[in-house]
Amino acid sequence: MAATEMTTSGELVENAAGRLVPARINERESVPYCGVGAHLPRGNKVGPPIRRASDYPASGDKRVGSLREALERCGLRDGMTIGTHHHFRNGDLVANAVFEQAAALGCEDLRWFPSASFPCHEPQIAHLESGVIHHIEGSMNGPLGDYCSRGKMRGMGVLRSHGGRWQAIGDGEVHVDVAVIAAPAADCFGNATGDRGPSACGLLGFALADSLYADHVIVVTDHLVPFPCLPWQIQGNNVDFVVEVEKVGEPDKIVSGTTRVTSSPDRLLIAEHCASFVRDTGILREGFSFQAGAGGTALAFGIFLKEMMKEAGVTAGFVRGGSNEYLVSMLEEGLTPVILDGQTFDLEGVRSMRENPGHQNTSPFTSYNFHGKGNFASMVDVVILGATEVDVDFNANVVTHTDGRLLHGIGGWQNCLFAGCTILAVPSFRNRIPVVLDEVTTLCGPGELIDVIATERGLCINPLRTDLVEAARGSSVPILDIRELKREIDGLCGGAPDRARTAERVVAAIQWVDGTTIDCVRAVGE
Amino acid sequence: MSDTATTETGERRAAEAGPRGERVRSDCWIGLTPELSGGVVLEVSSTVESTYGRSIRALCEQGARALGIEHARIRVEDGGALPFVLMARLEAAARRALGGLEARWLPECAQACREPARRERRRRSRLYLPGDQPKYMTNAGLHVPDAVILDLEDSVPPGAKDTARILVRNALRQVDFRGAERTVRINPGSLGLTDIDELADENVHLILIPKVESAEEVRAVDARLRERTESAVYLMPIIESSRGVMCASEIAAACERVVAVTIGLEDYTADVGVPRTEEGRESLWARSMIVNAARAAGVQAIDSVFSDVADTVGLRRSVLEAKALGFEGAGCIHPRQVRVVHEAFDPTPEEVLRARQIVCAFREASEHGLAVVSLGSKMIDPPVVERALKTVAQAVESGLLAADWEESGD
Repeated sequence: MAATEMTTSGELVENAAGRLVPARINERESVPYCGVGAHLPRGNKVGPPIRRASDYPASGDKRVGSLREALERCGLRDGMTIGTHHHFRNGDLVANAVFEQAAALGCEDLRWFPSASFPCHEPQIAHLESGVIHHIEGSMNGPLGDYCSRGKMRGMGVLRSHGGRWQAIGDGEVHVDVAVIAAPAADCFGNATGDRGPSACGLLGFALADSLYADHVIVVTDHLVPFPCLPWQIQGNNVDFVVEVEKVGEPDKIVSGTTRVTSSPDRLLIAEHCASFVRDTGILREGFSFQAGAGGTALAFGIFLKEMMKEAGVTAGFVRGGSNEYLVSMLEEGLTPVILDGQTFDLEGVRSMRENPGHQNTSPFTSYNFHGKGNFASMVDVVILGATEVDVDFNANVVTHTDGRLLHGIGGWQNCLFAGCTILAVPSFRNRIPVVLDEVTTLCGPGELIDVIATERGLCINPLRTDLVEAARGSSVPILDIRELKREIDGLCGGAPDRARTAERVVAAIQWVDGTTIDCVRAVGE
Repeated sequence: MSDTATTETGERRAAEAGPRGERVRSDCWIGLTPELSGGVVLEVSSTVESTYGRSIRALCEQGARALGIEHARIRVEDGGALPFVLMARLEAAARRALGGLEARWLPECAQACREPARRERRRRSRLYLPGDQPKYMTNAGLHVPDAVILDLEDSVPPGAKDTARILVRNALRQVDFRGAERTVRINPGSLGLTDIDELADENVHLILIPKVESAEEVRAVDARLRERTESAVYLMPIIESSRGVMCASEIAAACERVVAVTIGLEDYTADVGVPRTEEGRESLWARSMIVNAARAAGVQAIDSVFSDVADTVGLRRSVLEAKALGFEGAGCIHPRQVRVVHEAFDPTPEEVLRARQIVCAFREASEHGLAVVSLGSKMIDPPVVERALKTVAQAVESGLLAADWEESGD
């Protein structure tokens, strides 16, 4: 009999990972995590309502005068769900504008369903306070995560991976009433692209699901082009209204803190360890593939790997982006024929997507969605990701800090764990806080999917991966036992850290890639 | 820990130690106000309150007892300082607050810190670590420099000399530098002798003496070391002036403890009154002088630092030039310079191959009882054999050659 607990957040039930998770999330029943690949939903996906072309202008001109008018004509009302997207990362201007207009229209209790939020979205806190927004379902970075962590949000936050967001929409777990898509270029019919225009940001893959499944779709652009907008990443046939505004986003802010190469000697050492490991274990071979996420260490990994590929005379079969100038240089120097890009991390990525035929834009559907007929993530030979914490069983946390505060989103992190070899590149401690623990504060990724923990002190290989343990024999990289590493770090830091004291209240649920609940985050005190 | 403080004679005043502010990481600020009654009142704010708040309070209470402080207000503003750092900051604040305090609060000396000094060792790289900035110390050994230098001189502002000295002492007792030679650059003159009083017996392997202009200065350090420790502690004088260069021979031969001599080119070029250039023509004579003086005294000649961290190509060029002049090592101001320096000082594959051939020829000649070694049509002189043996030993130490290369026939 699994354990349960009654709290102010309702009943909590124990899931297959031994974590207590809410049985209901925002009035909706939730399935507790049952193990990797163990949840087997049946039935059909959902679909958008039937529309008639006769209800739309035969001229194809769907422009309306303002964002407010578009929202009004979508029938925006209390309790609805609005989807927005983070192609501009910390330079997004549209999400804030949408909720300003929603507030002006007197709407309340809205659910904001962003593909991710950033520090630039701090103004949304005012709408959470005033009641315009009821709660956020989406990765919360920085100030919004902090707000949620303190238990100030009325509803429960729900964090999903990029693939999990598609899955939740497709499976009908989240119904998007109105999707607002910030488009760097669009025509009056609603065809839109992200790779050109004065605010070019690359691709619009995160908005694709919303464009297919939402009741209403608004395209907001600052660069209206004559019909047809080519190429089109979003099809106008899915779009209700087109709104022209002065500016949709600030592309120079796409490069936020997590997309710069590290200058820290320790982190460079971690990146180098990872690259050497990939080389020494033979993962680096003709036609191999890799993905390195955002984050300075992962970017540095790419730079080291590129040198090793040149030394070994090896070219990749494909690489997965987040694209950046380093991946683009690999493409343009012939070290890979293709970048399968999910997100552009800098303006070189944007340029390359526009100019290089081998720079292919993708979406969470092709790359990450778990409830599809396969996805690209599992086809990647090796992926380098970060984490806030890992534990001696290789479980990992990517959303909360050891003090219990929710400060990061999941991104594509969970989806990428299905790669052939998953390496988490982490410092062994940060400002006295050990990163290797007995048990992670919040479980985001199960240890059975995590193959290597790479630190500046050396690498720990998951004993389940006997093949990797074998392949790493004779490697120049120090290979450590994870429990011994933990002992060393605890010694340095003055003992194992105390566990953060948290309140009873559940402030956010963490969903696994299949829509089940793998863990939850409790409120922290002031 | 016993209560050994004698503060009755000293002056009491409010004092502080460590950096302060919201941006401080891996370090802490401690303010200490001696009181006449009321016990020890502790006030702690920390970025790691939820995980180590308890531990910080317990450590501070232990420190107050160890330092014999009965009544004081102690305020800690912590940004994630490791215990050896917190201990150093508290002791420094206490010593500033209680003039004449004799008690010390020594962290346990870790096993990894007990490796004795060795005269003969490679000194290709020495990585400078600012003595008052703990965050660079903890992981310095991971970058595998031949030596780490805990610097008390130029990287420490005058007002922090005492706190840095205590921090460096604690680092010498606690930080695992992973086999790197454990060295300290002391201050010049009498302040340097005070540095030695605190550190001589803390398992420091080598002391760098800055701005040396005479053998006398080296002998003064030697004498002080003899008073303070029975352990082997070696010396590396740094010559940084025209006067020092003129006395290089006497400095290199000043005493038995000297194992290497190095040159500080920033100060030297300033003294001569010329800008320091990348090609270094202005210091060629001085550097050659150092090499010659060192070799004459039978010690190592070590080059200055290369200050553009981003320019690895320039660094490599500079090190290859230093090697060609006869230097055996150089300073590093960033961990990423270490590998470049090692690779440049290591023998090249061609040098290793040639050395192996000579060593093999030498072995063969010895086996056959021949006094003359020859390789092909060339006769090999004994000094060339000596150098070849050294090159082969270096190659083995750097992993460029298997230790059993002669047996394996590889």
